[in-house]
Amino acid sequence: MELIDLTLIWVVIIGIGIFMYVLMDGFDLGVGILFPFAPSDHARDELMNSVAPVWDGNETWLILGGAGLLAAFPLIYAVFLPALYIGVFLLLAGLIFRGVAFEFRFKAQARKYWWDRAFFGGSTVASFAQGAVVGAYIQGFETEGFSYVGGAFDWLTPFTVMTGLGVVAGYALLGVTWTILKTEGKTQEWAFRLAPWLLAAVMGFFIIVSLWTPLAHERVMERWFDNISWLWLFPALTLATATWVLWRIRQRAEASPFLGSMALFALFYLGLLITQWPYAVPPEHTFWDAASDPGSQLFLLIGVLFLIPIILGYTAWTYWVFRGKVKTGEGYAGH
Amino acid sequence: MELDPLLLSRFQFAFVVSFHAIFPVFTIGLASYIALLEGLHYKTENPVYLKLSKFWIKVFAIVFGMGVVSGIVMAFQFGTNWSVFSFSSANFLGPILSYEVVTAFFLEATFLGVLLFGRDKVPKGVHLFSACMVALGTFISSFWILSANSWMHTPAGVEFHDGIVHMTSWTQAIFNPSMPYRFSHMALASFITGGFVVAGVSAWYLLKGRNPKTSRKALAMCVVMLAIATPLQLVVGDMHGLNTFEHQPMKVAAMEGAWETRTRAPLLLFAIPDAANETNHFEIAIPGLASLILTHSLDGEVPGLLEVAPEDRPPVGIVFWSFRIMVGLGMLFIAVSLASAWQLWRGRLYDSPRLLRVLTWMIPLPFVAVLAGWFVTEVGRQPWIIHGVMRISDGVTPSITGWMALATLIGYISVYAIVFSAGVIYLRRVIQAGPDPIEEAPDDETARPKRPWSAVPFKVDDAAQSAGS
Repeated sequence: MELIDLTLIWVVIIGIGIFMYVLMDGFDLGVGILFPFAPSDHARDELMNSVAPVWDGNETWLILGGAGLLAAFPLIYAVFLPALYIGVFLLLAGLIFRGVAFEFRFKAQARKYWWDRAFFGGSTVASFAQGAVVGAYIQGFETEGFSYVGGAFDWLTPFTVMTGLGVVAGYALLGVTWTILKTEGKTQEWAFRLAPWLLAAVMGFFIIVSLWTPLAHERVMERWFDNISWLWLFPALTLATATWVLWRIRQRAEASPFLGSMALFALFYLGLLITQWPYAVPPEHTFWDAASDPGSQLFLLIGVLFLIPIILGYTAWTYWVFRGKVKTGEGYAGH
Repeated sequence: MELDPLLLSRFQFAFVVSFHAIFPVFTIGLASYIALLEGLHYKTENPVYLKLSKFWIKVFAIVFGMGVVSGIVMAFQFGTNWSVFSFSSANFLGPILSYEVVTAFFLEATFLGVLLFGRDKVPKGVHLFSACMVALGTFISSFWILSANSWMHTPAGVEFHDGIVHMTSWTQAIFNPSMPYRFSHMALASFITGGFVVAGVSAWYLLKGRNPKTSRKALAMCVVMLAIATPLQLVVGDMHGLNTFEHQPMKVAAMEGAWETRTRAPLLLFAIPDAANETNHFEIAIPGLASLILTHSLDGEVPGLLEVAPEDRPPVGIVFWSFRIMVGLGMLFIAVSLASAWQLWRGRLYDSPRLLRVLTWMIPLPFVAVLAGWFVTEVGRQPWIIHGVMRISDGVTPSITGWMALATLIGYISVYAIVFSAGVIYLRRVIQAGPDPIEEAPDDETARPKRPWSAVPFKVDDAAQSAGS
């Protein structure tokens, strides 16, 4: 096993898996966050229909993320979940409510508003909880040996509230640019007007978090301000991408705002990994400390390398089947 | 009152897993039934099979949806409340649960969509193939999860050092000693559950004089299957019991309410076990029968709970009584199944209102039997989380306080109560509406989003109303 570093392969696989989840559930959670602000009930129907065919496939990646972490990096699983105990409950409750809202809203008439609220509330709470997880990861965990020993609300600090709100804004940006891509007419016009403000909010959170993190954590300060000058390419690229997205929104481009927003998320994500590398459970444990036995990593790797391409193929096929604009006519058809 | 995080975590896990379990135990059997109906329709072109399949697919979609939502919670329970156990056993459990996701969950998700919405969009053969893949997916899923569960009862293929499980043999661990028995027992239980629900609903229609043609067909199919499956379950259950007797004798001692180790051990029909005084009250017993069943000899020795220290014994009362509920219901299932098959053979089943009424009463009972069975095996494993290796008290997350566990327990109960009462009311309405006697309007297929529950074309204001109040 000396020739192949299985742990590194698994960092890449889990990293891609989590990023897939963030992108894919990100835009459909974002649609939920935008829900009450939509210009009309008709627009809400369109918003929900645009994600109805794909959202639960998107959420399956979350289950894979959970099980994959247990398999490849059990320490992350066994520290993050206890440390985020209350946050995980809020995340799951949010996902349950927004999930059933899809099913019930289209069938309920008199009680529709109730499921509108469930969809908005569930999506927002789940997004905030995910953002708080990111903040908690930067913040680090109080561990003794292989166990979390901190308190129930250590994860809830002004910093994690900031990252939580940042992810809510970020998912809303993904949602609004997705709306630009999938709708037309008044709904799209509304999305075009809203998108620059959300982009500004996201960049605002990005700048605050980028300044706050190194000031609060010496480890991060050393990483960014020591000597590796090429790292600064990432913030530079982030600003350039944001400018490009704004320019494309102004030009009323339909696809590039969404693609650009995804690129922004990729850059945030890489920036986060650079900041944290090689720590899986900061401030003490690296990915190699957190890894399971090589035999277990290999046993799962064989299956995953074979099956993930099939799963990706199916996912791509679904998106292809449901390509194009959401129909603006009556009914709830998402195709 | 001191809030005990261990006890509350156990309550929470018991609640979320029991709640989750009732959905898959039904959908596993139902998925196979739907695949069979689709296959028969493909072969015979008989519209009765098509109508039955379309109807039960609607029911399937709702129950499967509830199973998925409650299943997501399970994927995180291990980490939130049982982090030490998860961390210790991750080398085995992690890959096994991940394989469940990549081999089963994605397969089910993919082909369920085609099964629900693709009837007019894919060739008939592809649609039938999708039905088979959904059925296969439910079995693959139960294979992995029962392998993981069985391993906690009869750990094999691993070494345990420095508090961590290390793999020595994947085949021994996956196919651990109790796995084949638990899997067979559970698969049969799923068929019996699905069978009694379909039979009960069909009998109810017959009593109401509704959909006689489809209901007779469905009832006959289920009664034949049940007449084979319920006696077979007795045999498989007995083998599972003997396997438990070999590997977890204290669980069997609790099931039998046996305190003293003895030969010619009696079978207790009734007793009130008293753990504090290590005895039973009000025993009604058949002499020698427990020895005969467990060792196949009257002089066979059956170990009693006094063999081990009190802290190594499972809670006797709940295991003892859950076992009697399960077995009692199993016997009732055999009796009802054979009586129904007899009447069917004589050609009188459809005109036996009393028997049809009994069949409708049976609908909830398989769920009770399955949960009772799980209580026997899971409570019977106590005080171990991995039998003989790790105690349940050593597996709980150390950072959980009593109020945290209580808050999330109340939270899960509230969320499930709201969401699932809406779902159950909805399911009742679907069943009350029944299979469509005429062909469905074609625009039904296009006017709905492609979501599982959207396969059911009804309003849910009632469900929403009761959930909201």
